[in-house]
Amino acid sequence: MQTRYSFGGDEHVFVELDEGMSLEAFFKSLSITGAVREAQIKGVTEICPANASFQIKFDPDLIHPDDMLRELQSLEVAAEKSEHGLQTRIIEVPVLYRDPWTTETLMRFRERHQDPSGTDIEYAARINDFATVDDFIEAHSGAPWFVSMVGFVAGLPFLYQMVDRPRQLEVPKYLRPRTDTPKLTIGHGGCFSCIYSVRGAGGYQMFGITPMPIYDPRQEISYLREFMALFNPGDIVKWQPIDRAAYDQIEADVAAGRFEPKMRQIDFSLDEFNRDIDGYNRKLLEALR
Amino acid sequence: MSVKVLAPGLATTVQDLGRPGYYHVGIPLSGAMDRYALRAANLLVGNDEGAAGLEAVFMGPELEFTEAAIVAVTGADLAPKVDGVVQPAWTAFAVQPGQVLSFDYLKGGARAYIAIAGGVDVPVVLGSRSTYALGALGGFEGRPLKAGDVLPVGASGGAGAGRSVPEPLRRRPGNPAELRVLPGLYWHRLTETAQAGFFADTWKVAPEADRIGYRFRGGQPLSFVPREQPFGAGSDPSNIVDAGYPYGSVQVPGGTEPIVLHRDAVSGGGYFMLGTIISADMDLIGQLQPNTPTRFVEVDMAQALAARAERQAMLVELREALSLA
Repeated sequence: MQTRYSFGGDEHVFVELDEGMSLEAFFKSLSITGAVREAQIKGVTEICPANASFQIKFDPDLIHPDDMLRELQSLEVAAEKSEHGLQTRIIEVPVLYRDPWTTETLMRFRERHQDPSGTDIEYAARINDFATVDDFIEAHSGAPWFVSMVGFVAGLPFLYQMVDRPRQLEVPKYLRPRTDTPKLTIGHGGCFSCIYSVRGAGGYQMFGITPMPIYDPRQEISYLREFMALFNPGDIVKWQPIDRAAYDQIEADVAAGRFEPKMRQIDFSLDEFNRDIDGYNRKLLEALR
Repeated sequence: MSVKVLAPGLATTVQDLGRPGYYHVGIPLSGAMDRYALRAANLLVGNDEGAAGLEAVFMGPELEFTEAAIVAVTGADLAPKVDGVVQPAWTAFAVQPGQVLSFDYLKGGARAYIAIAGGVDVPVVLGSRSTYALGALGGFEGRPLKAGDVLPVGASGGAGAGRSVPEPLRRRPGNPAELRVLPGLYWHRLTETAQAGFFADTWKVAPEADRIGYRFRGGQPLSFVPREQPFGAGSDPSNIVDAGYPYGSVQVPGGTEPIVLHRDAVSGGGYFMLGTIISADMDLIGQLQPNTPTRFVEVDMAQALAARAERQAMLVELREALSLA
């Protein structure tokens, strides 16, 4: 990994930890941005970790860009020495795979897809060498995923699968982006999954939908009253396949203010994870039982 | 006191100076695209510089006032009218109860700022009254204004009509427009030919120019230094592993059409960025009309900071010119 610093105009420092995506690069991004937050450097207004990089926005009237850069470089040195540990949350996200709404949408945009004759998830299963869509769903929902970035639009999490690289699911984006995606669609592009927090344009393949709102600007949903966006970079997600009856039940519970996401505090260790990925994931998922 | 929207204009939104602090969860800065013009309008009517006003793009709204008010319009050359009588721009004027504020057609610039003494008093969400329409957040019900909306207005500080921004302090874009760029971010992805061509070519503002970003077209396509694409980056040479997009950063999907992200920026994504427009020039972008010829001008950090200091000095002059003392 090679760290690269660059100024984004006179108000940002942009730091790329690695050109390629990896959990190591993501962890370093989380670790340094955490240190920046704790250091309370004057003039800093935004601290944004993202996959294998991060950016800091600052007021150059309060701190000279060169001084800002030096502060970050010294925090990088400190982060290298720190342990690869993280106190975070694991959150279960119920998913109705092959739901009627994303299916209707993907049929409307078939001419923009690599395989106009099938559905997105059939295509993804085939090019990732799964015999059936059910096998693909098992791979997608079996291991947990890291929220490696929140953004694009408000509250939208990007997720990185916590398996070794040969097992990571990869699909290209649509040939041309759609102009419509249902709210709460589970999408996938490149090696990242995402949850569309709002309805709108999108280029990721659509696999299913969750009945659990993740962004509520009106802050009326019980668990989004404190803050309108559910996810933070560093959260861990477990997809939980559900059927239509469970979907309808959760939707009704959300509307009635009865639904609470299944969510636990956990300690994550990257070193232990790397020693035994499957064993460590099993341990993580026990927290949700 | 309230103001009734008779006609909304094209995409009129409530904006203040923005909502910093939430970009890490994808909630952009928002706020006026031309913050200098909003500050000026607020100062004219005796408001705090950061009070919420209306941002009208290309076409003004029609607003009926229930009570007497002091109003000022700055930014684009979009002449305000009270019951059909043209009022001076960049100047505070009075509106009587029952009168209607409307606008002439656009003669220059792109966005006008309407300040009303007391400020538009919509609820503060995450520290700001600004509208972020993509996220249905802030402003008036999270969206551009519609006919029939009734805007609450706060209590006026008691400023009178007649104060005016001196001509040299009314900032307008040039034609061709010049936007200064600090190269960086993924600048190294471009070939030397592409780097030189980007600054040599004259671009034009594309019709796709809004609060999220301004698109430009007309220059030569940019070529990339060949490489094996890193894991997770996607197959196009203009792709990177999804990263945060700084406010003002210039991305060029496919190497063809530069996009400058603005106040309602998408906060990240998978396209390389060649650099960032310096902070001193961001206000100007919001005043560019589609088809405006635009040159990108390369600067270094010292020049960027000097330009920023010039802008600050202009703001200090504005405050002095409009101080109530």
